[in-house]
Amino acid sequence: MPRVTYVSYDGKSTTLDVPLGTSVMQAAVLHGIDGIVAECGGSCMCATCHVYVRDDQLKLTPEMELGEDAMLDGTASPRRPNSRLSCQLVMTPQMDGLVVDMPETQT
Amino acid sequence: MTGRVVIVGAGHGGFQLAASLRQHGFDGAVVLIGNEPHLPYQRPPLSKDYLDGKIGLDLLLMRPETFFAEHRIELVSGHPVAEIDRAAKSVILSTKARIDYDHLVLATGARNRVPPLPGIELDGVCYLRSLAETEVLKERLAAAEHCVVVGAGFIGLEFAAIARGKGKPVHIVELTERVMGRVVCPETSAYFGEAHRKSGVEFSFGVRVARIGGEGGRVTHVALDDGRSLPADLVLISIGVVPNEELAAVAGLKVENGIAIDENLLTADPAISAIGDCASFPSRHSLKNPVRLEAVQNAADHARCVADRILGKPAPYAALPWFWSEQGAQRLQIVGLTGGFQEVVLRGSPESGEYSAFCYAGDRLLGIESINRPADHAFARRLMAAGRSVTQAQAADLSFDLRADAMARPAG
Repeated sequence: MPRVTYVSYDGKSTTLDVPLGTSVMQAAVLHGIDGIVAECGGSCMCATCHVYVRDDQLKLTPEMELGEDAMLDGTASPRRPNSRLSCQLVMTPQMDGLVVDMPETQT
Repeated sequence: MTGRVVIVGAGHGGFQLAASLRQHGFDGAVVLIGNEPHLPYQRPPLSKDYLDGKIGLDLLLMRPETFFAEHRIELVSGHPVAEIDRAAKSVILSTKARIDYDHLVLATGARNRVPPLPGIELDGVCYLRSLAETEVLKERLAAAEHCVVVGAGFIGLEFAAIARGKGKPVHIVELTERVMGRVVCPETSAYFGEAHRKSGVEFSFGVRVARIGGEGGRVTHVALDDGRSLPADLVLISIGVVPNEELAAVAGLKVENGIAIDENLLTADPAISAIGDCASFPSRHSLKNPVRLEAVQNAADHARCVADRILGKPAPYAALPWFWSEQGAQRLQIVGLTGGFQEVVLRGSPESGEYSAFCYAGDRLLGIESINRPADHAFARRLMAAGRSVTQAQAADLSFDLRADAMARPAG
């Protein structure tokens, strides 16, 4: 099963097995990872599941759709070129080994 | 800070309060009391992906069971609170067990408004607020041949979109003349009414349900007061909710369409706060006060505000309200409180399938409804959170760069 590593703002790292078809946000919430709020439950409506994808792994992630691009302009922590909403990062085999850094705050 | 915080209600607000207290280092006891048997779960997906069968119970939960032990949140599930003993500073459960508090937070939410109709007790009359109700509805929907929805609000319309997606005939009966009339401007009502009609939903506006008819205890039709009778084996009652304020009222706290709280979210008793759907409060974003909001954002932000106060950082509640709904392919996002608007300025056109409605009272921008225009919504949130506005002319002018204007401000 592909794995994703979540790195909290204070540097704590947690690696999870994430089933194909599950989003990086869903796996985090299912395992009670702090730092991802996901207030809207994964509808790309709230921008509280913001993560930074490691630059060299950006190409492994699904292409960003307009809705996500738009909502990323409303994140509480600064948007960067490697910002994504983790509810939109649905696991594929090539995303195995993904590392996401969590922002200082989601709200 | 130490002491014991007791939270009555384990919905979005109650859960968020418990989580925020721990996240910010509260060291005392946290007791979260819910009257449903499940772990705290998210309600918005009930009328969307959960009803549609796209996600299971695991993804509905706020957090896994281990989260509560790890964060020392004592969950008391399935036992409603019967009484508040303010003098003794304790709550009394239906089991007669007493739980003492240093601070009590009422996050009791709201319950379905049930119309006093003949036949309301018939089998096949459904609701969509709790997980248990949704399980019943989901099962009934699978077998339904004729769905009648009473009330064209968010819940009724979200249900209709899912039912149509499954090929079920849906007839919505609405007392007023338009959909979501309590929440959105007439332009947006017209847009959504048309979108649902195109997907095959039938509407009857301006008509009352006279009674729900049945045979052998099961619903068979809905009789309208204009004499028509609609065949039905599933009737969804979605005419709104009433706040769960009785616990507070009986304890001598003021209620006024919800538990009355001040701008710090406190009741008149300094040891009792109220948050979320059950609370009636003064909002700096509203023309008319107090307001009572039924929204995840409001519940969660209320919770954060009370957590900060308990942790010694009190600040008046100022969060900007926002709401969303998903109805088939249509996405509605609202920021602000548009009640009392006088003018609506459209940015983009409803005919194109994406637009935003800027609602004004005079020069004051009250709120923005974005339909399939998430970028407008994101910018609108930044703009309004910063206490800023755009003029009506700027709002209507697609060449005016809303993004550049909003991005110059901090996020909200």
